Amino acid sequence: MELLAFGKTGWGDELFYATLMTIAVSITAMLVGFFFALIFTPLKLSKYKTLNLVGNFYTTVIRGVPELLVIYLFFFGGSGAIMYVASIFGYYEYIEINAFITGSMAIGIISGAYSTEVFRGAIQSIDKGQFEAAKVLGINKFGQFYKIILPQMLRLAIPNLSNVWQITLKDTSLISVTGLVEIMRQSYIAAGSTRDPLFFYSFAAVLYLMLTYVSMKLINKLEVRYSKGY
Amino acid sequence: MDFDLMINSFPKLLGATVVTLKLLSASLFFGLFLGLFFAILRLNKNIFINKFAYGYSYIFRGTPLLVQIFIIYFGLGQIEYLRTTFLWVILKEPYWCAIIAFTLNTGAYTSEILRSAFQTIKPGIIEAGKSLGISNKIIFYKIQIPIAIRQSLPAYGNEIILMMKGTSLASTVTLMDLTGVAKYIISTTFKPIEVFIVAGGIYLFMTFIIHNVIKYLEKKYSFQQ
Repeated sequence: MELLAFGKTGWGDELFYATLMTIAVSITAMLVGFFFALIFTPLKLSKYKTLNLVGNFYTTVIRGVPELLVIYLFFFGGSGAIMYVASIFGYYEYIEINAFITGSMAIGIISGAYSTEVFRGAIQSIDKGQFEAAKVLGINKFGQFYKIILPQMLRLAIPNLSNVWQITLKDTSLISVTGLVEIMRQSYIAAGSTRDPLFFYSFAAVLYLMLTYVSMKLINKLEVRYSKGY
Repeated sequence: MDFDLMINSFPKLLGATVVTLKLLSASLFFGLFLGLFFAILRLNKNIFINKFAYGYSYIFRGTPLLVQIFIIYFGLGQIEYLRTTFLWVILKEPYWCAIIAFTLNTGAYTSEILRSAFQTIKPGIIEAGKSLGISNKIIFYKIQIPIAIRQSLPAYGNEIILMMKGTSLASTVTLMDLTGVAKYIISTTFKPIEVFIVAGGIYLFMTFIIHNVIKYLEKKYSFQQ
């Protein structure tokens, strides 16, 4: 237990901050994912074949390629891509992006592909009559989506989004390969310096279990709130 | 775009795909049995057996696969006693450690898929079997299992694809699978996009094949024909 002491003698405080980092990366990635879902869900539901193709390309490629490969692409290619864009604007200095941004972008893009599928499924399972009724009542497009489709869609989407959250949370462990100090990386460092990998990796597993358990409880509450009246 | 690199790295990556496929097939094979075993335990009425099976699937589904591999590869070697037993022959090899971790992981997901498949079987079907005087064993093997297989095919297909992506984590324990070799080429040439296109293309091709095989099986085993 002294291994987990807070302060200089143990790894308690380091692991605590690492847990906060995991939570921060997961939430950022989830939000980045929602942003991508916001772009690609309409593309997948569009009437135009070309737009469909773009949407399908995104979700198929991301869901068919291992997360680790996507992370390597961002890790090794990220600063190169940014520097290329910067060079167009006449900036030629070396730019290094921080591991947090690379990691949350990579995980965010992966999470976005899953979120897109969830939102698409939820919108498609709303009765057509709802869209038509909204149109007949003369509600504008924004109101249709915001007041009628969205509340119904959320009820259907939340259980699946909680799965996406779980996947995202677990995927953040992979960013440890880029050196961002989250639970997995911190456990790796601690295991290396104390020569006690069994304890630290098991403790990391417990931390992840705690995170998934707590988030499930919170999401269940949300689910109850959004399914009022059903 | 460096097309020469893409062409040159293709055979190397294809060679590494064999390792990926070996890992995938071994872990799916063992995982299916483990999953079936735990699914049957989950359906057991004894609360302790039931909770034990639930705990297994909860732990392995609630923690990242990377943690599981690290515990098995780095952690178990620490136990002095294990080093003296015959298990050490297996556990010192990263290849077998990866397979054990993948098997335990996919076993947990498979047990959930099979459990829900067994639970969706209408009791009427089993009762019909009983009223015809068929023994419980035959009802299980000849009625429940075929229906459960059909029910669980779509979800199991997803699990196969997830597991295929999961095998990429073998590269973190020094195995040179498809992702491992891709990372090696990226870190020596610093051409991530080209390598990503080739390696990602191979993964997508495998996903495509798995997807279509499952689709074919679903059609073959569907009730309406």
